[in-house]
Amino acid sequence: MTLIDLANPTKFLSLTTRVLPWLAVATAILLLVGFYQAAMAPDDYQQGATVKIMFVHVPNAWLSMFVWGVMSVAALGTLVWRHPLADVAAKAAAPIGAAFTFLALVTGALWGRPMWGTYWEWDARLTSVLILFLMYLGLMALWRAVDDPSRAARAAAILTLVGALNLPIIKFSVDWWNTLHQPASVMRMGGPSLDNAFLIPLLVMAVGFTLLFVTLHLAAMRNEILRRRVRSLQMMQASQQAA
Amino acid sequence: MTALAALIRRDIRIALRVGGGALIGVLFFLTVTVLMPFAIGPDLPLLTRLGPAILWLGALLASLLTLDRLFTADHEDGSLDLIVMGRTPLELACAAKALAHWLAAGLPLIVATPVLGLMLNLDATATSAVALTLLAGTPALTFTGMIGAALAVTLHRGGLLLAVLVLPLSIPVLIFGVAASQAAISGPLAFGTPFSILCALSLVSFVVGPFAAAASLRHGLD
Repeated sequence: MTLIDLANPTKFLSLTTRVLPWLAVATAILLLVGFYQAAMAPDDYQQGATVKIMFVHVPNAWLSMFVWGVMSVAALGTLVWRHPLADVAAKAAAPIGAAFTFLALVTGALWGRPMWGTYWEWDARLTSVLILFLMYLGLMALWRAVDDPSRAARAAAILTLVGALNLPIIKFSVDWWNTLHQPASVMRMGGPSLDNAFLIPLLVMAVGFTLLFVTLHLAAMRNEILRRRVRSLQMMQASQQAA
Repeated sequence: MTALAALIRRDIRIALRVGGGALIGVLFFLTVTVLMPFAIGPDLPLLTRLGPAILWLGALLASLLTLDRLFTADHEDGSLDLIVMGRTPLELACAAKALAHWLAAGLPLIVATPVLGLMLNLDATATSAVALTLLAGTPALTFTGMIGAALAVTLHRGGLLLAVLVLPLSIPVLIFGVAASQAAISGPLAFGTPFSILCALSLVSFVVGPFAAAASLRHGLD
């Protein structure tokens, strides 16, 4: 089965009907194992038990960028290959990506409070994640601004690609901006490389969260396809009644 | 080439005539800058310190305000469709339109900067530094903003959306513009480094902006 076979929404729906339960089960198992391992992981010698926030925070932060990558590929699918499901994929991914980014920010703030003594620090990394979150919201606003999905899809695709081009520049400039204003006084993760006791649960959690994203994304795509079908049925009904 | 020159001349002429709205941007820039001391307090040393940031924010908001005009008027009277269908490559036409818009709406902001710098208690070095960075940076604001303007015009009621889409993209320009001005005023960094990066951002936007705007016009207009 290639990507082009999936262009038929009916085939896509039947495939996801078969795949989704397995994905959901795999996600649940991985996340359960991950949470168990995270709970069993030793306390950090400096951070104590708060280090366990990392096991939720890092996968969310990773996904916040990964989802924009998925949307960029989908945007290419919309603009270059005109794949009929690409815009569905892009539209379904945006709110999920925004949610992961939001969770990364919130868990980061909760972690920052005991560690740095403040919920928010204008640290370069925090700031660029916040900008990423704003860009997700802008993209979602763009999706909602147009009622014709295919028009909205092309506009959103261009914005997604421009954003993908711009995000590294923003990241770089925010790094510059922060080092200009204050030296790196904030304690950073990853100075000493992670011990296996932390690394293995973290990897399990990262894979689990990625699977969670795939599951949610496929389910959201299904919903979007069904929503469009309902909409076109309603339109047909309305035009029949009018005639 | 003559077509592009004609397009630039036409756009500037329209912008400067009655109903063009190019000078609204300067008026807005002036008003925002005058409002700042009311919010911060008439503390001259503090205003000196914040001056470059205030001027940059004012210029950013003023250029955002007029961006909406870049395509909407042409879309309403149908000339945008002619430009899209014409033989001149749409990317070049977009670049010409952005250039004309910058000449009519961006350049006056830089001309107004010395006067506003005087009001914010900036000395000659600081004022010229801000004016120079604005000269190098505002083209980037116009050319990246053009992407948002092109998206907004295809969405019919996208005017409100424009600010939300464009502002995050302008963060690098703001950072390096203010950094270069501050470097010229108080150091400790060399002025050249952030200024070169600012110029680089403008150059990148000259390439990316027209292509993205042309793509969104081609895909979006029906």
